[in-house]
Amino acid sequence: MSLLCETPHPSRRAVLMTGGALFAWAYLPRFARAADNRDPRLIVIVLRGALDGLSAVGPVGDPDYAGLHGDIALSLTGPHAALPLDGFFAVNPAMPVFARLFRDKQAAVVHAAATGYRERSHFDGQDVLESGYAGPGHVATGWLNRALESLPAGDRVATLGGLAVGPSTPLVIRGAAPVLGWAPQSLPAPARDLAARVLDLYQHRDPALAVALQKGLDADRMALDDQMGAKAINPKGGLDSAAGMRQAAQGAAKLIAADDGPRVAALAFDGWDTHVNEGGATGRLATLLGGLDGAFEEFEKGLGERWKDTAIVAITEFGRTAQINGTVGTDHGTGTVVLLAGGAIKGGRVIADWPGLKPAQLYEQRDLAPTSDVRGVLKGLLADQFGLSAAVLSDKVFPESSAVKPMRDLVT
Amino acid sequence: MAVPGPETTQDEILVAFNRFGLGARPGGRDKLAGDPRAALRAELKAPDIALISLDDPAHAGLKGSTSAIQASMAATMQRKLERNLMAERTAKADASQMTDASQMPPAQPSAKPAVPRVEAELFRAEAKARLDKALQAEVGFVERLVYFWSNHFCVSAAKGPIVRASAGAFEREAIRPFVLGRFADMLMAVERHPAMLFYLDNQQSIGPDSRAGRKRQRGLNENLAREILELHTLGVGSGYTQADVTSFARILTGWMMAGREGRLGEPGSSVFNANAHEPGDAVLLGKTYPAAGMGQAEAALSDIARHPATAQHIATNLARHFISDEPPPAAVARLAKVFTRSDGNLRALAATLIDMPEAWSMPLTKMRSPFDYVAAIRRAAGPGPANAPGQSLRWLNALGEPLWQPPGPNGFSDQTDSWASAEGMKIRLDIAWQAAGQVNDIGNPNDMLDAIIGPSASPETRQAVARAESRQQGLALLLMAPEFQRR
Repeated sequence: MSLLCETPHPSRRAVLMTGGALFAWAYLPRFARAADNRDPRLIVIVLRGALDGLSAVGPVGDPDYAGLHGDIALSLTGPHAALPLDGFFAVNPAMPVFARLFRDKQAAVVHAAATGYRERSHFDGQDVLESGYAGPGHVATGWLNRALESLPAGDRVATLGGLAVGPSTPLVIRGAAPVLGWAPQSLPAPARDLAARVLDLYQHRDPALAVALQKGLDADRMALDDQMGAKAINPKGGLDSAAGMRQAAQGAAKLIAADDGPRVAALAFDGWDTHVNEGGATGRLATLLGGLDGAFEEFEKGLGERWKDTAIVAITEFGRTAQINGTVGTDHGTGTVVLLAGGAIKGGRVIADWPGLKPAQLYEQRDLAPTSDVRGVLKGLLADQFGLSAAVLSDKVFPESSAVKPMRDLVT
Repeated sequence: MAVPGPETTQDEILVAFNRFGLGARPGGRDKLAGDPRAALRAELKAPDIALISLDDPAHAGLKGSTSAIQASMAATMQRKLERNLMAERTAKADASQMTDASQMPPAQPSAKPAVPRVEAELFRAEAKARLDKALQAEVGFVERLVYFWSNHFCVSAAKGPIVRASAGAFEREAIRPFVLGRFADMLMAVERHPAMLFYLDNQQSIGPDSRAGRKRQRGLNENLAREILELHTLGVGSGYTQADVTSFARILTGWMMAGREGRLGEPGSSVFNANAHEPGDAVLLGKTYPAAGMGQAEAALSDIARHPATAQHIATNLARHFISDEPPPAAVARLAKVFTRSDGNLRALAATLIDMPEAWSMPLTKMRSPFDYVAAIRRAAGPGPANAPGQSLRWLNALGEPLWQPPGPNGFSDQTDSWASAEGMKIRLDIAWQAAGQVNDIGNPNDMLDAIIGPSASPETRQAVARAESRQQGLALLLMAPEFQRR
């Protein structure tokens, strides 16, 4: 098993970036002086709602996993067998594209990762994840926008600005640097998760409205099914549906692949808050993971030649409880996964200082204990893709984070 | 954050904003703290609060109804000319080319007359002025009164270009100046307004024994007379007969809008056409109105404005609108009494609503109408893309309350069941999601819940918003919460 404790081994580039060159070259992007004429791109996908990292990439080799995750634990056997990544971890069978990329060394996983946030509020957790600040309450600018801003004026990446996909600009890319907004035509669509939550609220507080809304939703579903019995021909979907994710990636890829298009993009996919009937190898979470997998595939297809210079990172505000709850779901937890994909990713690795799943090894005896800092992963990507120095990253992009070292060597 | 128990008493600030107003804006609740009734009374006292002035540069796109109707008439003429011209050209082309009449070439889509869409532009400018007014109001009680009366005396843009061009001006000219004035004055302004005369067909109505009637062999149209009695004043079932309707229609003949040629007066203005007026005395509700030209109808309207059945009808509708689908009889009786004693003083009537204990004690069970819902969303969302007027109009169309386009002269429904429909709720869900997605800086949805709903938010609503998986979802849940839907 490849339990890769990420001890930074000084590669030539790492020395170049973090050594004496640090201050003199603080603002000089790596690709600008690279001989191979790279044209790097970075795509950030925010998974809102706290992804269950243990169901996305299951530690099937951990003796305590199956017991904790119960009916929804991934397994290497059975009709919906998880796809093995190495001898210890396996990815959810809903993600065959990611598994293929992993085999081709174009995808990687950082497991047991979390930001510095240790509470369990979605809003605050997303603030911390997207603002890049150490604590909640900073909602004006995001780290990806500040990274754009930190590039030297005249640099192509900075000039072309960023791309925000969806009906609203995700915090991660909000700020002073120019951002192009784009949303798939069919947006916004009714959010199924939102509908369920509103129905639940009505059932408790306003039964008459619950009846009306339920009927309205049923009629809507029937009308969709009626159209030649195939929902597939009507791929209208919000960014919490598999079709919507795929569609968003398809459009974004077109814009990012263009010579004069943005090099940096942010997408936000909703729906990862799985308290009830989460499902494992199949079910609700698997459907969403399939959507994310579809987005990876669309990026790979749509970026064409540019794929080799592209890094995609999927991040979420926190993980979920290691043990399933009383409604076959999971509650808000801490450690989770960061998924990396793209031709620029030095893949085929699960990077984890695995903490174990025994009660004493869990964070507060309930969550996967975080051993990697998500900010370290992001810093590493920004350093390797755009040449941002550790100083700028610790000072401006992720304020007060000098203790978090960039995770180097994530990019080929 | 203190979570109130289920025993929470009615939050008076929420009542002021939801039952009387258009919903809280961020920071709005603080301004009402202490005395929500005083804030409502302050709106009734604010000078010219209901008016939309043409002098304001922000309203540069608005026109008075006469100019608006003239612009529409001119555009209609131009469209007709171009159509004729094109028909002529097509006919010529056909004559030279065609051998078989069945092989008509399909109409060219590019051959549409290129006349500016004046009516649509005026409609949009008027809609924007109304929506801005809704957004800017402190509480919105007076705006709600404007919508109540505008719906009570509705015209519909679906009638044709003239009403489409003048529906907004109608509300500005015949409703807003009188909304805190006298009912009799509003009634007079409404029934004499060219948009109403056109909408309810009094334009076509000719006294059979009038000079025009004898010459042109045309006669009465009872539409306006019937709707005045049935909807605007006495109310259905209040005792008037078919003979009263017919007699009233005779009385109303001659009340017209001046046509394009301007023979009767400035085109698009309201005029009295003595040639079309039925001569002689007329009996209405047992009273004889002597021949007096246009004064005959004025006298009749003045009487029915003060009729006890009118007081009862208006009192019932107002109480239904602001208190409950089944208004408490005591509240209706009190409003009717104030209506009668104050000679239809609408400011006194509005003040009575504020003083009414039922308005503050009865649970908020009515549904916000689509317009109230859209206004409340815009107020909660603050300035931003979620506030584009075009989007609000699309939302209103989707929700079944297209602006100034009711299904009939009885206006849009004021009953909860009409708006809490299956399709309606589904569309509200879509709108809440879309609106929430367009607010760029949502802040913390829990804080927004406190700012918009306040301490009487139910524990379940509080929990639903707090547990939302994103800010957008949190805000959408707030916009769907019963406390946001009900008023």
